[in-house]
Amino acid sequence: MTDETSPLEFENNRGVDTSHIKGWGIDADPENDPTYPIKNRTNEEHKGYSWERPPQQPQEVEILKSVERPNITAVFGTSTPPAGLSGMIRRQAYKYSESSLGRWVPLILADRIGVVEGVIDDIGKGIFPNIFKETGWTGEWKYDRQRAMNRIAIAAAITACVVTIIVTRRGVKFNLSFLVPILRKLI
Amino acid sequence: MLAMNFRGPYRVRIDNEKSIPAILHPNDAIVRVLRSCICGSDLHLYHGLVPDTRVGMTFGHEFVGEIVELGSLVNNLKVGDRVIVPFNVSCGKCAFCKQGLYGNCHESNPSATAVGGFLGYSHTAGGYDGGQAEYARVPYADVGPVLIPEWMDLDDAVLLTDIVPTGYQAAEMGGIQKGDTVVVFGAGPVGIMAAKCAWLFGAGRVIVIDHLHYRLDFVRQYAQCEAYDFKELGDPVVFIKKTTDSLGADVCIDAVGCEAAGNNMNTLLGRRLLLQGGSTTALHWAINSVKKGGIVSIVGVYGPIDALVPIGNVVNKGITIRANQASVKRLLPKLIEHVKSGVLNPKEVITHRIPLKEVAAAYHIFSRKLDNCIKPVLIPDNA
Repeated sequence: MTDETSPLEFENNRGVDTSHIKGWGIDADPENDPTYPIKNRTNEEHKGYSWERPPQQPQEVEILKSVERPNITAVFGTSTPPAGLSGMIRRQAYKYSESSLGRWVPLILADRIGVVEGVIDDIGKGIFPNIFKETGWTGEWKYDRQRAMNRIAIAAAITACVVTIIVTRRGVKFNLSFLVPILRKLI
Repeated sequence: MLAMNFRGPYRVRIDNEKSIPAILHPNDAIVRVLRSCICGSDLHLYHGLVPDTRVGMTFGHEFVGEIVELGSLVNNLKVGDRVIVPFNVSCGKCAFCKQGLYGNCHESNPSATAVGGFLGYSHTAGGYDGGQAEYARVPYADVGPVLIPEWMDLDDAVLLTDIVPTGYQAAEMGGIQKGDTVVVFGAGPVGIMAAKCAWLFGAGRVIVIDHLHYRLDFVRQYAQCEAYDFKELGDPVVFIKKTTDSLGADVCIDAVGCEAAGNNMNTLLGRRLLLQGGSTTALHWAINSVKKGGIVSIVGVYGPIDALVPIGNVVNKGITIRANQASVKRLLPKLIEHVKSGVLNPKEVITHRIPLKEVAAAYHIFSRKLDNCIKPVLIPDNA
């Protein structure tokens, strides 16, 4: 087979007119290669972990520390300390290094358990989670009403099926005659 | 105070469960939040992809605010100052901060050594509550925050906390030389900014790849670049090779990260089963589209566990990969000048201004890309 292509077919015209682009080339720098993040290398880390550390934040909540560190950092976040079953799993996970699946997979499991604990905690405080609101359905209703209605219809159909199956199996008979006057008023 | 409260994947609410934060360290400040964004990387938390994202946490690493209280060692700010708060927590003293690696501070995240401390971004990034609230704690306030100039719009200022520096650094790490062809994967806010900033380094051609047409239309106009839908291209790698004299792009930028679409196996393993640190489709394409000896710049966020990438091609092509979280503090002086001169106009990417109390709807709109959403900004009632 002969090569029927010509070099011209592959020519890349780099003489692009960029005159209409405000600021074109203002940060161009032939010295920008190698570039950040190793551009300003001073080998500070060769001195070891010996810099003057900032004052230590008092530790008033439980902080889970990476086993790859000798200490807790000078500052840290205090949001949502580990608690409950998810907290127990997190404590175990932090016994593994950041290079181990034993660290990360249990943390994802703990996150999911934390969701259930969150619901239980809410109910314990007398808050019944408003799933519709928390999942942002007002946005869906405003901008994609057709999809919202489809999802409501599907959820209603599934609920109706489940209720029907349960009622049929248990042989429960419901008297729905109390709905008649209500429906008449609505109509 | 009103604050966003994470309740689990795809579930957030606004409530009053948290008090106004207190000074916990002499270098702390407390700010009254004036603007707070939802970032594309917040969606990784929202979708449950980042390990150790605990129920009850307040997200938000992109915010500006007014100082209401200062720790005893913060001498360069005063109560009432309006500040840009970089998303990184940086001490300014460690070996990494001293080299300008403010996104890699070693004194801000006890939970991981690979990740610096980031505000409002899970315990994997330090366990700090974030700025999607009426008030927020800002550690090392003497190092990170920068005064908002009088002339600057708050909407511009809030985008300087993350997406503008991240996009700029994506281009910077590409080591772009005059005339280079730069391909940006992802037309989200960071990809849009990376495309815009690539010109500042002298790119000769900028190509953006995504599949959301409203974003492609936007980036074509905003960043004056070419933009293509990968679903219409067939194989985007072949397209890029064909359009770059068969050799490949000089620089490829991954501005997508762990939620990339375009490959069913990656989507299944990375986004559905969480068996790898996210879907690596954009990174795959970047590695395979760049020229031999080219540079791949990664600013897309991936999870900490293993991820499938064609490392053999990295070796065989002699590719340089540069990646990092943006060093916001380092870049702010230059970027403020670029906004002042009109070279950069960040606020044009804001498509939705939503009251903080409607945070759940805001997340849903952004996550589902409803109403052509590119960048939502949350505004507290007391702002």
